[in-house]
Amino acid sequence: MNKLLKKRKLAENIIEYVFEAKDIVRNAKAGQFVILRVDKDGERVPFTICDYNREKGELTLLVQTVGYSTARLAQLEVGDYVHDLVGPLGNATDLSHADRILLVGGGIGAAVIYPQSKQLKKLNKKVDVILGARDKSLLMYEDEFSKYSDNLYIMTDNGSKGEKGFVTDKLKQLIDSGQKYDVVFAVGPLVMMKAVSNVTKQYGIRTIVSMNSIMVDGTGMCGGCRVTIGGETKYACVDGPEFDGHEVDFDEAISRASFYKEHEKEQFCKIKG
Amino acid sequence: MVIVERQRTIEQDPEVRAKNFEEVSKGFDEKTMLIEAARCLNCKTAPCKKGCPVGVNIPEFIMELQKNNPLKANEIIKKTNSLPAVCGRVCPQEVQCEKYCVRKAKLGGSVAIGALERYAADAGLKSQEKVQPPKERKNIKVAVVGSGPSGLSCAGELAMNGAQVTVFEAFHQAGGVLVYGIPEFRLPKDIVQKEIDKLKELGVEFKLNTVIGKTFYVEELLKEYDFVFIGSGAGLPMFMKIKGESLNGVCSANEFLTRANLMKAYLPDSVTPIQRAKISVVVGGGNVAMDAARTALRLGAEKVYVVYRRSRQEMPAREDEIIHAEEEGIEFMLLTNPVEILGKDKVEGIRCIKMQLGEPDQSGRRRPIPIEGSEFDLKCDQVIMSIGTSPNPLIKNSTKGLETTKWGTIVVDENNETSIENVYAGGDSVTGAATVIMAMGAGRNAAKAMLKKAEENK
Ligand SMILES: Cc1cc2nc3c(=O)[nH]c(=O)nc-3n(C[C@H](O)[C@H](O)[C@H](O)COP(=O)(O)OP(=O)(O)OC[C@H]3O[C@@H](n4cnc5c(N)ncnc54)[C@H](O)[C@@H]3O)c2cc1C
Ligand SMILES: Cc1cc2nc3c(=O)[nH]c(=O)nc-3n(C[C@H](O)[C@H](O)[C@H](O)COP(=O)(O)OP(=O)(O)OC[C@H]3O[C@@H](n4cnc5c(N)ncnc54)[C@H](O)[C@@H]3O)c2cc1C
Ligand code: SF4
Ligand code: SF4
Ligand code: FES
Repeated sequence: MNKLLKKRKLAENIIEYVFEAKDIVRNAKAGQFVILRVDKDGERVPFTICDYNREKGELTLLVQTVGYSTARLAQLEVGDYVHDLVGPLGNATDLSHADRILLVGGGIGAAVIYPQSKQLKKLNKKVDVILGARDKSLLMYEDEFSKYSDNLYIMTDNGSKGEKGFVTDKLKQLIDSGQKYDVVFAVGPLVMMKAVSNVTKQYGIRTIVSMNSIMVDGTGMCGGCRVTIGGETKYACVDGPEFDGHEVDFDEAISRASFYKEHEKEQFCKIKG
Repeated sequence: MVIVERQRTIEQDPEVRAKNFEEVSKGFDEKTMLIEAARCLNCKTAPCKKGCPVGVNIPEFIMELQKNNPLKANEIIKKTNSLPAVCGRVCPQEVQCEKYCVRKAKLGGSVAIGALERYAADAGLKSQEKVQPPKERKNIKVAVVGSGPSGLSCAGELAMNGAQVTVFEAFHQAGGVLVYGIPEFRLPKDIVQKEIDKLKELGVEFKLNTVIGKTFYVEELLKEYDFVFIGSGAGLPMFMKIKGESLNGVCSANEFLTRANLMKAYLPDSVTPIQRAKISVVVGGGNVAMDAARTALRLGAEKVYVVYRRSRQEMPAREDEIIHAEEEGIEFMLLTNPVEILGKDKVEGIRCIKMQLGEPDQSGRRRPIPIEGSEFDLKCDQVIMSIGTSPNPLIKNSTKGLETTKWGTIVVDENNETSIENVYAGGDSVTGAATVIMAMGAGRNAAKAMLKKAEENK
């Protein structure tokens, strides 16, 4: 049982949660994730560790309300408890070997790139960030990103904030204008990560993506999270979640992500009433 | 002389049970139990006993049953077996205790030792006696990693002897394979829960949602505890590495069974999804394959095939489970092996090849060889891979100095101690996928060694 300490709405359908999780944050690192169950009979759902405070034993998650379990989570009030919280799982991301880093976050992907920008900036690296969203109402953490980046570029599909266009438009523009990056770290919807990887491949820039496969245990025992990387089967929960974007079989991942859609829709309707 | 035949337990009708998740076998009623117990000849040499990995005193407990004293019988079993209600149900008795029973060949069949054990154990569980925590508390602290049969029996033995025990479990529920793998219709979960509750009464503390190697490292545990026992099992599923294995509709038996059992996806209003297939193909021939096949059937499949590359004789599953599966209408495709899974996004079928048996291999079983040109296709919308598991490398990768074999199993000595002092291991993490009773035996053995060492170091 872990207590919800703070809750803050950041954007349409996006909520920042701070949980009491002393044991989890002790060894936690940026890039890792947790699995939580809201209720006793709830589903196990994974979320990236967005931020943490070791002294206070606090864990921050950034969650987009998309279906049953995330909607149940959104119903919790400060002081309520989630039934189970386990972690940290997966491997930490370490981009500290690079000096010039471009972080690309689409939608809720901001949750994954935020701890990276914070950490890298503290190491005095050059950090540029592209944030993308459909509409300005879906943007989050702008202030935080401004603080922890050299340049922050905002892209919206409809031009309601920043520039109109996709994150890949900005990416191409930056590279073509002579910006040099040692590594691009892109996190967001599968189609976005696929598009970014396609662009960077042409320019030969190393690219890392974060695979949010469907998971059950998160410890390597079900194989449900498997992804094909360079022709080999890997488990996102223990071998990842980060992989070389140029090696990922995105089409397969997109197909696998939709497997339980029907059931999920049904459950979501139940909670929305 | 009339030879009394081995008595059969009461079972749900195959057609009825194929549609529900209630326990298939209801065990013996009192009358049948007495008839069966009376069949035991109380052999002086007790050959049956040598077939039991933990040496349950079989004639002695059956003698108590003959006098209709199930609680006494249970006490006798409990001296060497801390989970008799589980073992009575899931031990592969036909290759263990019952294999050596003198009645096996000519006297109406082996005594149904497993079913009798279950009878006694169930009576024990029902009697609801509070367990007495040991009077003397010792100043020994032990961390047990994993709450499967090895971890539970290790914790039980330690706690009974006054040690302070904390069990760390990665999942949100304790029990290991007993709760996430073996289905309700074979091992009701409230039985496992009762055993766990008893450990709690003994003072064992359970820390769930804690992954050793992630949340805490073994090194850290050693600072706070005198000993560590690793009972992390062999939960890493293998796949065949054939074409089409990433299609939607292909999953490991572990995933399928975990969704069904641990996440209760077999209940109609569960929030955890599970595929309810029309035609399901399960690949493999062990207990896991039988459980997956029978679960698929109960989830509403019209047809379930078990595809196994050797013959029925070589199937590693318990005899009872094979028979039960057959009775329920599951079709066995023996001497058959998949070569490709067919489909575009989703599984549409499976291509198999016929096999024949050649010379015996290292395991002593005859090696299956493909028959060229014998490929054929089977239509299906689900393929469940159940071809084996290996130990999870999480602990190995995060623990410096822990010696393992090339298969990833942990190396231990005769006391179950690993290459790291005061770190013990046992169960599937040491042997690779084996049995409940072997895992329990290992857990107890390690507990005894720890207690002895603590005594010596005092
Ligand atoms: C390693 C990892 C990190 C993630 N980090 C975040 C994060 O920081 N913030 C965030 O909002 N979301 C994150 N996600 C996605 C999040 O887990 C899903 O949105 C969530 O499970 C949806 O649950 P639901 O019941 O509300 O929706 P559902 O109706 O169940 O599903 C909605 C969508 O989520 C996907 N999904 C469903 N169940 C799972 C599951 N068990 N695992 C993964 N995806 C699933 C479905 O394919 C579907 O596209 C992460 C996923 C992974 C694997
Ligand atoms: C479907 C199925 C059916 C079976 N049927 C039978 C049968 O009929 N008869 C029989 O005798 N045997 C059967 N077996 C085999 C038997 O269940 C196992 O041999 C036995 O459970 C092994 O016990 P264990 O304690 O070593 O490990 P497990 O039961 O696997 O338990 C290990 C536990 O450790 C936890 N864990 C793993 N890693 C960590 C970590 N890093 N930190 C914390 N916790 C961790 C796991 O979550 C798990 O709960 C079956 C197995 C399966 C999968
Ligand atoms: S524990 Fe298993 S092998 Fe031993 S007597 Fe009981 S059923 Fe037989
Ligand atoms: S061998 Fe059979 S008959 Fe003899 S003691 Fe054992 S169970 Fe009884
Ligand atoms: S989530 Fe089960 S193996 Fe990765």
